[in-house]
Amino acid sequence: MLMINVFVSSVSTEQIKNLHMRFQQLCGNEKTLRKEHLENIPTLADNPIKTEIIKAFFDKRNQHNNELGSYEEIGFEEFLMVMSHFRPPSIKTSAEEKAAMRKRKVRFLFNMHDTDGDGKITLEEYRKVGIVEGLLSESESIGQEVARAIADAAMLEVASTNVPNMVREVTKITLALFLHFACPQILKDLEMESRMYVRFLDMNTANLHCGK
Amino acid sequence: MATRGRSGFCRSLPELELLLLAILVLLNGTVLSLESASSSEIHTGEGNNTSKKPFPVIGIVYDEVSIPFEISLWVLLASLMKLGFHLIPRLSNVVPESCLLISVGLLVGGILKLARDEVPPVLSDRIFFLCLLPPIILDAGYFLPIRPFVENIGTILMFAVVGTLWNAFFVGGLIYGVCQLAQDTYSEINLGNIGILPCLLFGSIISAVDPVAVLAVFEEIHINELLHILVFGESLLNDAVTVVLYHLFEEFMESGSVSAVDAILGLVSFLIVALGGVLVGAFYGILAAFTSRFTSHTRVIEPLFVFLYSYMAYLSAEVFHLSGIMSLIACGAVMRPYVEANISHKSHTTIKYFLKMWSSVSETLIFIFLGVATVDGEHHWDWIFITATLILCLVARVIGVVGLTFVINNFRIVKLTTKDQFIIAYGGLRGAIAFSLGFLLHTDHKKIFLTAIITVIFFTVFVQGMTIKPLVELLAVKKKHEAKRSINEEIHTRFLDHLLTGIEDICGHYGHHHWKNKLNRFNKKYVKKILIAGDRCKEPQLIAFYHKLEMKHAIRMVESGGGSKLNSSFPSTVSMQNIQPKIQSPPSARPAERALPQLTKGREEEIRQILRTNLQRTRQRLQSYNRHTLVVDPDEEGLDDLILKKRRMMELDWKIKEMTNYLTVPHAQGSPTMSRTRMASGRNTDFIPPQQKKGNKQSADSQAYVKPGAKGVPSIQIDLASPQSPDSVRLLDEVGQDQGLTMSLPSSSSRAYKTGGKDDDRDQQKLLRCLSDPGPSADEDEDEPIPT
Repeated sequence: MLMINVFVSSVSTEQIKNLHMRFQQLCGNEKTLRKEHLENIPTLADNPIKTEIIKAFFDKRNQHNNELGSYEEIGFEEFLMVMSHFRPPSIKTSAEEKAAMRKRKVRFLFNMHDTDGDGKITLEEYRKVGIVEGLLSESESIGQEVARAIADAAMLEVASTNVPNMVREVTKITLALFLHFACPQILKDLEMESRMYVRFLDMNTANLHCGK
Repeated sequence: MATRGRSGFCRSLPELELLLLAILVLLNGTVLSLESASSSEIHTGEGNNTSKKPFPVIGIVYDEVSIPFEISLWVLLASLMKLGFHLIPRLSNVVPESCLLISVGLLVGGILKLARDEVPPVLSDRIFFLCLLPPIILDAGYFLPIRPFVENIGTILMFAVVGTLWNAFFVGGLIYGVCQLAQDTYSEINLGNIGILPCLLFGSIISAVDPVAVLAVFEEIHINELLHILVFGESLLNDAVTVVLYHLFEEFMESGSVSAVDAILGLVSFLIVALGGVLVGAFYGILAAFTSRFTSHTRVIEPLFVFLYSYMAYLSAEVFHLSGIMSLIACGAVMRPYVEANISHKSHTTIKYFLKMWSSVSETLIFIFLGVATVDGEHHWDWIFITATLILCLVARVIGVVGLTFVINNFRIVKLTTKDQFIIAYGGLRGAIAFSLGFLLHTDHKKIFLTAIITVIFFTVFVQGMTIKPLVELLAVKKKHEAKRSINEEIHTRFLDHLLTGIEDICGHYGHHHWKNKLNRFNKKYVKKILIAGDRCKEPQLIAFYHKLEMKHAIRMVESGGGSKLNSSFPSTVSMQNIQPKIQSPPSARPAERALPQLTKGREEEIRQILRTNLQRTRQRLQSYNRHTLVVDPDEEGLDDLILKKRRMMELDWKIKEMTNYLTVPHAQGSPTMSRTRMASGRNTDFIPPQQKKGNKQSADSQAYVKPGAKGVPSIQIDLASPQSPDSVRLLDEVGQDQGLTMSLPSSSSRAYKTGGKDDDRDQQKLLRCLSDPGPSADEDEDEPIPT
C-alpha cells in the first residue's frame, strides 16, 4: 500500500476503483494475477509484443524497488504500479515532473527491451523485441538479414548522434544511452511523456469488457 | 532548373533579367488589349468589302483562337511572374508571394483598364470553382499527412464547424447592428436598408478561412506540424459549413421567412453535405485504387486515372450540392496508399509533379485574377461598413479561437498554448473563395459587400501575411523539424502503438489505439488484398523505408569504386559525416592495401542499372506537400553527381573500416542489394574483422547461409529477402543463438550465383515487386531479371 500512496495524488480514486474492478475481473476467482490470466485476454492475442507486455507486468524492475527477476504472480499494488507508467501529464505538471515522468516511461520501455535483465540492450535483444516482433504483425514477415540490418542501422544511428567516446563501444545500449536518445535527438517528436499514455481516466464499468 | 541556368549566366545582370520579364509582361498586357480591338476591326472590315478580294496571303483570324489564346497568355503571365519573384531573393523573403501576385494583378488590371476601358471578367465563379480551385485542393488532399490530421481531427473539426458558425453569426449579427446604428437616409446607399438575412449571408461568406491563402502563406513560414495541420485542416473542412450556410441563407432570403423547421433542416443538410461529400470522395478513391490495380500493362495513363477520378469526385459532389472540397480531400487521401503501391515509379513522379505544377499555376492565377477583378468591378466604399467588418472579423476570430481552445484543452493531451492560439487566430486568412462566393450574390447590396470582402481579403493577405513571419520569429514558435525521419523513430512509433494497444486491451478499455489497430488489421486483411496487385500487399512499411535508404547507400557504394564493403549499412549520411570528425587519432594500422575489385565496364553498367531501378522503385515516401520547395532527390538528379564524391567516399571507407575493428556490431550484411553488388563485383570482398575469424558466435557472415561444415567456401551464396513465415523466423532465431546463422532455410537454400536460375529470378522479382515498381512497358529491360 505504500506504493499506492506515491501515486494517489495523480491517479484519482475513481480510476483506482475502476482498475481494481478490472483487476478482479482478470483474476477471476483468485486473489492474485498470474500470467495465464493475462494470456487469456482474447484481444491481446493478436498483439505481436504480447509476451513482452505480459512480462512487463511481472517484471520486478518495473516496481522500482531495485530488485531483479520476475514475480510469479502479482497483487493489485504491482498491477497499479505498472499501470501508473501510462498516466498522461496534466497541465499542472512542472517541467521537472515531466522530465521525471519521461524518465520513468523510458525506463519502462527499456526494461521491455532488455529481456535478460542485465541493464543493457544488446543488438540481439533490440532486434528481436524492437524489430521482429515490434514492427510486424502476423501477416507480415521479414527476412533475417533485413531485420539484422535494420537493427544495425538503428544502433549505428544511436551511436552516431551521440557522445564521441561512446561511438566505439556501442554494442549494447545502456539505460543512460536509451534515455539520451529517447529525449531530444532521435525520438524528437515523440515527446514520450505525452505519447505514452492510456486514457483510463474515462473508463467506467460500462466500458469494461470481460477479459475472459 | 532553368532559373538556375539563367541566373548562372546572368549573374551579373539581374536587372536585365527583370527588364526582360517586365517587357514580356507588358507585351502580354498589350496583346490582350489589342486582341479585342483587332477582332472588332476585322468584323467591320469584312462587312464593307462585298466585291471580290484577291486571295488573302496573310490574314488575321483571331476569333477562333481567342479563348485558348487568352488563357495561355494569362497562364504564361502567371508563370513568368513566378520566375521573376524568385530572381529577387530578398523580396521573396519579406513579402509573401501572394501579396506580390495580387499587386501584379492590380497592375495588369490597371493596364487593361487603361488600354481598353474594360477588364475581362476573369474571375468568374465558374472558372474559379471548376478550374482553378480543384488542383490546389487535390494537391493538398493527396499529400495530406494523415497521421497528424487524424490525431487532431477533434480539434480541427471543432475549429472548422463551431468556429466558422460562431464567426458567421457574430459578424453577421453585429454588422447588422452597426448598419442599423449607422443609418443615414440621405446617403447614397442607406445602410439601414440591409436586412438581417443579407447580413448573415455576408457574415457566412466572410467567416471562412481560405485554404488557398493559408497554404500560400504558411508554406513559407515553416511552422511546426501541429499548428500547420490545425489551421490548414480547419480551412479545408470549413468548406462544408460555408456551403451549407450560404445556401441556407440564400434560400431564406428568397423565401423571405425563417421557421424553426428550416433551421433543423439546415442542420440535417449540414450533416448530409459533409458526410456525403466525404463518401463520394471515398467512393471515387476506391474506384481509382481498384483501377490502378490493373494498370500494369499501360503505365503511361496511370496518372490520368488519378486526376480524372479526383476531378469526377469533385464534380459529382458539386452536382448534388455537397461539399466538393471535402470530397476531393477524401478521394485523394483514400486512394493514395493503394495507388502508390500499384503504380510505377515514373507515374508516381508524374503525379507528384503535375499536381504541384497545376496547383502552383492555379494559385498564381487566382491571386492575379483577384488583383484584376479588384480593378474591375464596381465598388462602393463605405467607411463605416468596411471598418466595422474588418474589426468584427478580427475580434470574432480571436474570441472564437480562445474560447474554443479553452474547451478543447480539456480533451487534449498536448495542450495548445497561448502562443499556439495566437498563431491560429492570426493565421485565419480569407481569400479568393470568399470573393467568388460574393460574386455569386444576387442581393441589392452586392457592391458594398464585394468591396468589404475585398478589403478584408487584402488586409488579411497583405498585413497578416507579411507580418506573420516576423511574428513567428519573435514569438519563437516552434518550427518544423527539418531532419529526416530516422529509423529509430519509425521503430519506436510502431512499438509504442503496439504497446499502447496491448495496455488498452489489458485495461479492458477500447480506446482509440484499439480501434486504430482494428482498422489497420482490417485494412491489411481485406482491403489491401483487393486493391493492391500482386504480392505487394505484404510488404511492411518499414521495410520499404529502410530499403530506400539503403539503396541510396548502395549506389554510393558502387559509385565509389565498387565493392568496398561498408558495414554501416544505413545511415550513410548520418554516420559517415558524424563519425568522421569524432575519430581523433589516426588509424593505428592502416590495413594493407586491399585490392579493390576491378569492375569491368560492363559489370559496372549492370550494377548501376540494377541499383538505379531499385532506387527509383523505393522512393515512395513523400513527406512534404510544400509546393514551393519540391524536394529534389539528389539521386533522381543524376547518379553522375555521385561520382564526384568518389574520392571522399573511399577515404571515409577506410575510416569506417577502422571503426569496425572496435564496433563489434556484427556484419551488417543487410540487403540483397549488397549481396548482388558484392556478387557482381566478382570476389568475396567481405571485410571480416578479427573477432569473426575467431568464430564469434554473433557475427558469422549472415549472408552466407552455409551448411555447417562448409565454411570458407569461396563461392558466394545469396539469399534474397524472400518472405518467410514468421514461424520460421522465430525458429531460426532460437536456433541461431548458439550457432550463428548457420541454418539453412527450407526454401531458399544456398546456391551459387551462377546457377541461380528460375528461383533466383522469382525471388528477385518478388523482392523487386515488394519494392513496388515494375516500370513502364517502354523500358522493357527494367522488368527483366539480371542477365546472368
